[in-house]
This record gives sequence, structure tokens and C-alpha cells, in this order.
Amino acid sequence: MKHWSAYIFLVATLMALAGCNKPAGTTAGNGNTIKVGEYASLTGKEATFGISSHEGTVLAVEQINADGGVLGKKIELLTEDDLSKAGEPATVVNKLIARDGVVAILGEVASSRSLEAAPICQQNKIPMISPSSTNPKVTETGDFIFRVCFIDPFQGTVMANFASKTLKAKKVAVFTDGKSDYSKGLAKYFKEGFLAGGGQLVAELDFNGGDKDFKAQLTSIKAASPDAVFVPGYYTDVALICIQAKQLGLNVPLFGGDGWESDQLVKIGGNAVEGNYFSTHYAPDVATDKSKYFVSDYKKRFDGKSPDAMAALGYDSAMVLADAIKRAGSTGGQKIRDALAATKDFAGVTGKTTINEKRDATKAAVILQVKDGQFKYLETVEP
Amino acid sequence: MNEFLQQLVNGVSLGAIYALIALGYTMVYGVLRFINFAHGDVFMLGAFAGYYLAPFVNRLLPPQTYLSGAVVMVLAMAICALIGMLIEFLAYRPLRHRPKLTVLITAIGVSLFIEYTCQHPAVFGAAPHAFPKLIPFTTWQIGGLVLDSSQAIVFVTTVLLLAALTFIVQRTRTGTAMRAVAFNPQAAALMGVNLSSIISFTFGLGSALAGAGGILFAMNYASIEPLMGVQVGLKAFIAAVVGGIGNLPGAALGGLVIGLLETFAGGIPGLSNYRDGIAFAILIIILLFKPAGLLGKSEAEKV
Repeated sequence: MKHWSAYIFLVATLMALAGCNKPAGTTAGNGNTIKVGEYASLTGKEATFGISSHEGTVLAVEQINADGGVLGKKIELLTEDDLSKAGEPATVVNKLIARDGVVAILGEVASSRSLEAAPICQQNKIPMISPSSTNPKVTETGDFIFRVCFIDPFQGTVMANFASKTLKAKKVAVFTDGKSDYSKGLAKYFKEGFLAGGGQLVAELDFNGGDKDFKAQLTSIKAASPDAVFVPGYYTDVALICIQAKQLGLNVPLFGGDGWESDQLVKIGGNAVEGNYFSTHYAPDVATDKSKYFVSDYKKRFDGKSPDAMAALGYDSAMVLADAIKRAGSTGGQKIRDALAATKDFAGVTGKTTINEKRDATKAAVILQVKDGQFKYLETVEP
Repeated sequence: MNEFLQQLVNGVSLGAIYALIALGYTMVYGVLRFINFAHGDVFMLGAFAGYYLAPFVNRLLPPQTYLSGAVVMVLAMAICALIGMLIEFLAYRPLRHRPKLTVLITAIGVSLFIEYTCQHPAVFGAAPHAFPKLIPFTTWQIGGLVLDSSQAIVFVTTVLLLAALTFIVQRTRTGTAMRAVAFNPQAAALMGVNLSSIISFTFGLGSALAGAGGILFAMNYASIEPLMGVQVGLKAFIAAVVGGIGNLPGAALGGLVIGLLETFAGGIPGLSNYRDGIAFAILIIILLFKPAGLLGKSEAEKV
């Protein structure tokens, strides 16, 4: 028995030593790099979000470094996978801050996971930029938390107007993911906007993200005979919901928010997602000069893959951070924070980014429709 | 009325899948008196077996026909039976004479091992896969009621498998041996029953049913991932307990009860968010008021 405890003691000591290797709070990286941490859902349920966002960020960092980096140093991007799972973001962000000593954190797409990491960044006074979490609560966590996308009160209102004006829907059913902060927030603002516009909600049902069977709720929605169904969810669930709605003969348009945007939506959903609508941050087919270059660079870097909104926002988040570090002239957390808060009219791929007093970006939304397995641009809504 | 009938159809097709998986839990409990927590993961492996087999089978047979669908299912069931027997051989057999708690905890370990190995990018990866269409998809409209071919196949397959299982357990020599082992393993061994091969057979049979359940589930819900067996496995386990663990008709009944209640709860606004909790609430109620389950007989504890 004795040699076992000695063994465990030895292992524990080694682990503790490894942990102490890089003391917390080391700001600039070793020698000539500035360490920036990123956490993303590279695998799991929302993997395409994490991968797109990560690829956008990688492209931005490579371009920044090719142009000589910032403050004479190269940016070193340290990426951690959070497996699309609750609990993981806290672990990996703690590691990035305490062990790797990053100067800033980029991530996540899903609001629930951003909300998990934000308090940790706030406590450690490390600025965090979420590329595409739209729930308002994310930046309300504290003054070190920023985002480069619009927020759900805006997106919800946009979709409410879209439902009543473009779809001419009078009766709408709402089908919410009760587990996701993003879904609940977006549903809330949609309902407020739609009711204010004189619409009628005929059914409100919930599902749990990750469920496979939605027929029970959809049967109840069908019985309420809505003109359209608002589904503020993520693509894996949405694809199955579209399939099962078609199977049950619920043949009205389904529409949702930026959580829909993934090529997996079409891959899993197939014909069932055809003709449905969603709002998002950016459409590659409406090109400004900036986005044209971005699309061609991205295609060159990632084997002809077309960038989606998550990729564009991932790119913008890194660019906004680099710009802030340049203006701050330092890698201190407080200095970067102040520079980020002062970001004004920064020309990004997804439009001009201005950080407002709530540390959110004010930007236009676009509405896309699934047509022939592609996402087709329909309209732009200015804030 | 239409809505009620539609929910009935939805509930029965979900419940039938729970029933198939619950049978595996109950059979293993019957002969070994422990819960094989890795059973839900065998269900997942069944779905993935179908996913990887379908392209091969479609090359040999006309794709998307009932014949090719049946071949995929039988092959997946065979693979799952082998996996089930392998799990028993590697993980549980060495522990057969240890306390039941040891085996139970090992089962949880096996379950986590399968789940996390399969999530590795080199195996299946954690992202959901779109399950290929195995059978022709048709829908029948009866009034406002919609029934589709995959739901119909779930009913038919479940009934056929239940009948086959009942036949094996009640009418064959192996089935008699299984029942003897469940009744009293020592006495059965003394009568010349080969314990190891019967236990192995039980695992194979239960795992084959889980594999069939995996294919049926994937056919109905179109997307599969390495963690899909966790929630479904738990529900099926509850179904087995609700029906009376160790009791085969009980497991089938329990599956239907859970599937139906879950579906009806899911259709009620305000209650739909608690849908996944329904099964657990039923479990608590059953354990409080009828601990032996709906069809179980309470036994006096042997001291």
C-alpha cells in the first residue's frame, strides 16, 4: 500500500509544479509574442459555429502577423475546444488565463457558454470579446466583456416585423429551447415585438436542446394552426424540427435567428428546410469591398469553403482586438479594455463596428432564405 | 380528437423504441441482478453501425427498399450482439464473484469509456451525423392523422421482435436455461446449465434488441451522435423499473407508458419544458407506491 501513496504524492507534486510553471497574471507572452486566448465549440452539437468562428479568427491573426503584428510583436493564438458542453468553457478559460497567461479572450458563439466564461474574465480583469453571442446578458456581466455583433432585442424585433410584414402572418407559434439563454432571450423579444405589432401568439412550446423527438410539441403546434412558426434554436435541433414538422404535415414557413446558420442545417434537414427564413449578421453575396477581399482570402485559406456569418464575426473580433491593443500601446488588461470601449467606426467585414456604452456593437441584420440548399439574401434591416 | 390520436401515434412509436431497449436492461437484470449501464451506448453503437453499413448494403441491394433496410438492421443487430458479448466478457465476467456494486460501477465506467472514445475525432467525432434514409418514405393521411412509413416500421418491428423474444425465452432450450439461471444460478449450474454461455447469450440478445432500437430511432429522428444513448438509455432503464425490473412484458409496458406520458406532456404548453423530467417523476412515484413495478411481483428478501 505504501508505495502507492508515495507514487500518488509524486504525481501530485509534479502536477502542482507544472501548474506553477507560468504564474497567473504573466501578461505578455514569452519573448516576442502577445498571447490571445480563444475558446470555441470545435466539436459537439454546435461544432460548425465553433469551427467557422475559429477559422475566421485564425485568418485574421495570420493577416495581422503577416503585416508585422501589433506593437512589434506577433500575436500567438491559443485555442481551446469546449466540446459544445456546459461546464467546459469555465475550465478552459480558467486554464487560458491562469496557466497560459493570455492578455485577452475571444469567444464564444453560443450565449450560454459566453455567459459561463464572462464572469471569469471579469474577475481576472482580462478583456473578453464575444464574436457572435447575441443575448444581452453577456456584456451585462461586467465592464471587461464586449461583443462585435448586434443583440437579441434588435434581432427579435427584426424577425417580428419580418413575420408580420413580409410573411403577412397574423397567428404565429413560438417553439423555444428552454435550456438555452440565446433561445429564451430571442423568443422573449420576438414575442414582445410581434404582439406590439398586433400579431397573435397561438401556441408557445418548449423543447430541450439535444432532444431528438419534437413530434409531441409539433403536433400541438399544428393543432393551433399558425401561419408561421418561430424557432429560435441552433441548427442541429432546428434541422430535426423542420424534418418532423414536414412529416406531421405542418406546412407553414418556419423562421428563426442566427443560430440557424450552418451548412449542417441543409445537410441534416435536406428538403425539409427549403423555403424557411432566418436572420443573421452578414450575407456573403452582398459585397462591400472589405467583405469581397475577406471572402476570397477565406476561400484561399480554407480550401474553397465559403465563409458564413460566424466566420466573418470571428475575423472581426480578432481585428477589433488587434486594433484596440495598437491604440492602447500596451497589453495590460485595463488599457486594452479602455481602448476597446473607445472603438468607433472600425471598418470590419460585417460592417462598421462601434462599441456603445453597453459594450455591444450596433449593426444591421440581414434576412436569408434557404433555397436549393443555399442561403439566399433577402433583405437588410438597419438598426 | 385528431390531435389526441396523433399524439397517441407519436407516443406509441417513441414508447416502442424505449420498450426494445428496456428489454435488454431487464434481461440482464434477470440473470445477473445488476444494471448494465452501458446498454444505452450499445443502442448508440447500433445506430452508428447502421450509418456505416448503409452505403455498403446500398451498393449490393437496391437502395432505400424494405429489403435493404432489413439487411442493415439485421447486420447492426449482429454487430451489437457481438459488442454486448464482448463487453460482458471483458468487463463483467472477471468480476462475476465480486460484490454487485463493483460490477455496477464498472458498468458506469464502460459506459463513459464508450461515450468518450466515440466522441474522439478519429472514431465518430462529437458532431451529429445525418442518418441515411434506409426505407422508402411514404406518409398516409387518415383524416387529419398522419402516419409515416418509419413510424409504421417501428410498430411492426417491435411487435415482431417481441414475439421472437417471447418464443426464444419460453419455447427453446436456451430460453429455459435462461429462466433457470434467473431463478437460481447455483441450482441451474448443478443441473448442467453452462452459466457463462447463457449469460453471454443473454447479453447478446439484449444488445441485439438495443441495436434494433438504435436503427429504428435513427430512422425516425434522422440525426445521430455519440451521446444519443445517454438520455434514451436512462428513460429505457426507468421504463424497465416502472414495468417491474426482471419482467419482460413489464419492460414493454413500461416503455409504452413512458413514451406516451412524455409525448402527451410535451404537447401541453407550459409543461413541454418539463418533458424530460416526466419519466423521472414517474420513477419516483412508482418506487414510492409500487416498488416492484407495474407487473413485478414483490419478493421477500433472502437473508
